[in-house]
Amino acid sequence: MTPSNSDLEHFVAETMILIPGRSSKQGTSLNKGKLKEEYLEVTSTVEMNPDDMARLNLQDGDPVRLSNATGEAIVRCKGRKPGELPAGVLFIAYGPPSSRLMASDTAGSGMPLSKQMEVRVEKADGSPAGNAETRLPNE
Amino acid sequence: MTSRLRIVNGKVHDPANGIDGAVRDICIEDGRIVESVPEDTPHIDAAGMVVMPGGIDIHCHIAGPKVNLARKLQPEDHRRDPHPGTAFTRSGTGGTVPSTFATGYRYATLGYTTAMEAAVTPIGARHTLEELHDTPVIDKGFYVLLGNNIFLHRLLKEGQYEEFRQAVAWWLNSTKAYTTKLVNPGGDEPWKGRRNTNVSDIDEKSDVFDISPRQIIEAFVRTVAELRLPHPPHIHCNNLGHSGNYRTTLETMRTAGDQRLHIAHIQFHSYGGVPGKNPESRAAEIAEYINSHPNITCDVGQVMFGKSTIMTADAPLAYMLRGISKNKWVNADTECESGCGIVPFSYQEHVFVHALQWAIGLELFLLSEDPWRIILSTDHPNGGSFMSYPKLIRLLMDREFRREETGKVNRKAMHKCRLMDLDREYTLNEIAIITRAGPARALGLAHKGHLGPGADADITIYEEQEDRELMFSAPRYLIKSGKTIIRDHEFTHDHTGRLLHVAPAYDEDIAGTVRTFFEDYYSIEFENYAVNDHYLHDHEIVPTS
Amino acid sequence: MSENIQIVKNATCTFCGCVCDDMELTVDLDQKKITKAKNACVLGRAWFAEHGVSEGPAAAIDGREVPIEEAVEEAARVLARARFPITYGLSDTTCEAQRQAVAISDIIQGNVDTTTSVCHGPSGIAFQGVGESTMTLGEVKNRADFVMYWGGNPAESHPRHFTRYAVTPKGMYIPNGKKDRTVVLVDVRKTPSTPVADIFLLVKPGRDFELLWALRALVKGRRINPGIEAITGVSLETLTDLVERMKNCRYGVLFFGMGLTMTRGRHFNSGALLALATDLNEYTHFVAKPVRGHGNVTGADNVVSWQTGYPFGVNFSRGYPRFNPGEFTTVDTLSRGEADAALIVASDPASNFPRAATEHLRRIPVITLDTKQTETTNLSHVVFTTATYGINTAGTVYRMDDVPITLRKAFDSPYPTDEEILTAIRKRVHELVLARRVATGARGEAKVAQRQPV
Repeated sequence: MTPSNSDLEHFVAETMILIPGRSSKQGTSLNKGKLKEEYLEVTSTVEMNPDDMARLNLQDGDPVRLSNATGEAIVRCKGRKPGELPAGVLFIAYGPPSSRLMASDTAGSGMPLSKQMEVRVEKADGSPAGNAETRLPNE
Repeated sequence: MTSRLRIVNGKVHDPANGIDGAVRDICIEDGRIVESVPEDTPHIDAAGMVVMPGGIDIHCHIAGPKVNLARKLQPEDHRRDPHPGTAFTRSGTGGTVPSTFATGYRYATLGYTTAMEAAVTPIGARHTLEELHDTPVIDKGFYVLLGNNIFLHRLLKEGQYEEFRQAVAWWLNSTKAYTTKLVNPGGDEPWKGRRNTNVSDIDEKSDVFDISPRQIIEAFVRTVAELRLPHPPHIHCNNLGHSGNYRTTLETMRTAGDQRLHIAHIQFHSYGGVPGKNPESRAAEIAEYINSHPNITCDVGQVMFGKSTIMTADAPLAYMLRGISKNKWVNADTECESGCGIVPFSYQEHVFVHALQWAIGLELFLLSEDPWRIILSTDHPNGGSFMSYPKLIRLLMDREFRREETGKVNRKAMHKCRLMDLDREYTLNEIAIITRAGPARALGLAHKGHLGPGADADITIYEEQEDRELMFSAPRYLIKSGKTIIRDHEFTHDHTGRLLHVAPAYDEDIAGTVRTFFEDYYSIEFENYAVNDHYLHDHEIVPTS
Repeated sequence: MSENIQIVKNATCTFCGCVCDDMELTVDLDQKKITKAKNACVLGRAWFAEHGVSEGPAAAIDGREVPIEEAVEEAARVLARARFPITYGLSDTTCEAQRQAVAISDIIQGNVDTTTSVCHGPSGIAFQGVGESTMTLGEVKNRADFVMYWGGNPAESHPRHFTRYAVTPKGMYIPNGKKDRTVVLVDVRKTPSTPVADIFLLVKPGRDFELLWALRALVKGRRINPGIEAITGVSLETLTDLVERMKNCRYGVLFFGMGLTMTRGRHFNSGALLALATDLNEYTHFVAKPVRGHGNVTGADNVVSWQTGYPFGVNFSRGYPRFNPGEFTTVDTLSRGEADAALIVASDPASNFPRAATEHLRRIPVITLDTKQTETTNLSHVVFTTATYGINTAGTVYRMDDVPITLRKAFDSPYPTDEEILTAIRKRVHELVLARRVATGARGEAKVAQRQPV
């Protein structure tokens, strides 16, 4: 007996490359205050390639779990136009959610790997909330 | 509250006042030397010691954007030479480009009380002033790079000499500089705009500005004389380091006629031979010209074996040296004003050219007939660190030691020069001239370099020792502005010295002319360019004469 | 808006490393607000609009408001008795304040590090190995006919970089502005900066080093296997064409950003780029410049370098400066649990550092100076709310190209400046350390007049 589509949805997860970086909105909302709503929202939005989103059954605004050996963050996804973001590449404005995925090993350089982190991507259950309320599994 | 001090029983060397080793009292009151002080004034017993004015370094690279790049570039040079802090002195690191606190304290430990940073871009003047403020003990000043300034070149090209003079005065005021500096005049534009080429002839006209290095030099000599600055234009001649360059040096000096001109690190400009081949010594010809032309002063730029750092506004030179040493290299273009090149370097006894350079510097000293005008320097850190001054002094004073050292270097080079024939030994008086009285006079510093009444109370007391290197590397006392900074070889106080600068009068209208150029070609606002008085701290305007 | 308006011309925006000094601010002196910032980009407008007078107490201990003197006393006490105190941040304050912070670190024999270590620290490390051919931004405006951006998105991070400095402006030898320049962008994704480029190279993530090395090889006339395309995503043909343009330009500029420093290879990436720019000087005049993020991170580099000899990651525990990225940099001293006290100035590591580091930050006494509430101020033992530099204070900052600029104050703030607080802490810390030395009989002086190795 073949599993129904709704059964399959729970098991779709892929490994992609996350690029945290600056964005214009992150810069302006940062000035308003890093504990304020706008900054929290901007840094909790991950941009995705539209084909990748389709494969993971994601619509704009759906909650997404990004996780790796260091930690996890639940953020909202947003699709880019085709051709802008290559397949398998994610972009997020850097902030507390992306920092949770950043390992502390600097390989003797002082710099943790802050871009191009490998993360597991999957649709998340429930609401993402702001990063302030998202807790890591063992907290 | 008045502070007084008397130094007794010391052998005083004060060449400016004709005192050559006589035992005399020196009286100090409120930071100045005075005729007499009350009987009960505290005193320092300098019996068996030599008393001199504080040393003056007329040409070194110690503070500013270029120096800081060289500092950042060489952590390996700092690691081997830490400078621990004490209860009241800051820590730092040394090597050939020490951190600012270490720089000041180490000059003090050699008995130096004044140093002049030799090359600063106008747009970087603020940076130099901040670093000088963090350079303790010594009084200080700097020379502002104007020889490759595009706006000034344009004025010269248009024949606008009057505006040129006003603009130079405006720039001196706006940067708080001590005099104008020229480095490889005319060589900046071919480097940046003509694919890393250079100018090689003093009469070569650039295709952009249609003026030659000689015309630039003439204009500055004339302007600075008219502005009556205490120190003349300070010039790093074209063709530094190239075989045959002594001709350029002679032509540069001839360009000044009988007007004052100061030639920087002249050793590097005293080479015969054919460009591209090994150099020869022309120290005799250069010394002869200086000896017979009282309007010329120079500092030697002696090479000392060991580690050095090439840091210069002569960017093409640094690139050429980098091609030889294949080392890491910094190039830094400054818009409309200057270039800069940095290369770690070392001079080695067994290398023919290095040994010859070392010898040529010594020849210049030993052939000098006027120690007032051939002044001690290593162009720190280009020829070597200022920490090598004591060894250089010993080489000049101790013929036996010099012979020993000559025996250790490349033999072929020694046969290509006259050094081995030169027997002269510098006296203590002559050393006092080339390190104190001479630079003070060349700089026009009436209150420094001597111990007569009215002078700044900057005084060094050395224990007399046969080993002159040991003697000059560790003064027993250092007094700066009347305060005893070093007592019995130990620091007892911290101190921040004064900035020395000039403020020649100028016509305010020139600012408007500069502004128009500025708005088109600079990347900061004109109103934010000139340095405000916030950066002056303790300072002294040295008057035009 | 009140009637009490003042215009401040030639003010400086310190939000990003562009440090634009052509701001014309309209200041409402009664409301203590900047109501207009002419010439500012979208980030600058937000910077000026959102920094009015700070809120909250000037000083607090464990969240409780206290007089400033009491907070200074507590801060000094904590720092003086710590065995491995660290100072971090410093890139969003004046040089005058930075100098005090380094002085404190020297006196307490602690650690001083700046946000450079997580920004262009790797470029600083590369600089120490390779050197750098570089320039001030006016040279780009006047001369550059080839401008390349690698691993950055200036349109969003440094909005006026294109328009004020590097692409659009007309210059002395660039009379037609952008038309006289070739603009190239290299990135792992398309961004709002991409449309500005004449040539865009989409590089595979983590393959910048291979791409830079291939370019170096082509510049030096070596043969490159067409398999480079499978590795980097860029064809040999594109690379060959690019190298020809680079060799034949009159004045080439390579700007680079976090895409190189924060990814696989870090300082090797920066080093490869700097080496490429250096190599090209065999053919033409070529320069490179790291695009710095914060308003005065370049000032922090300069101040720490001139006072210690090293640009960041400096430790004073032996009584003199030592430098070792990975050992004395802050992500490491926190993640390994080594720091036992922290002084954080104008920075928010609790938000942006890895979890191991932020967890440790919660375990040690932290003293923070900031203009606004952040995750870091929330976890701190002592918090000073300070005035905003360039808005409430004057002072010196350094633009990304090392050009020093003096800030202009827009309006007064009742809050103290970073410099004032740090000066007070420095003085008190010096007294405490001296008293301890006398008490333990340690020799304060050291013989300094001795023969030094040359």
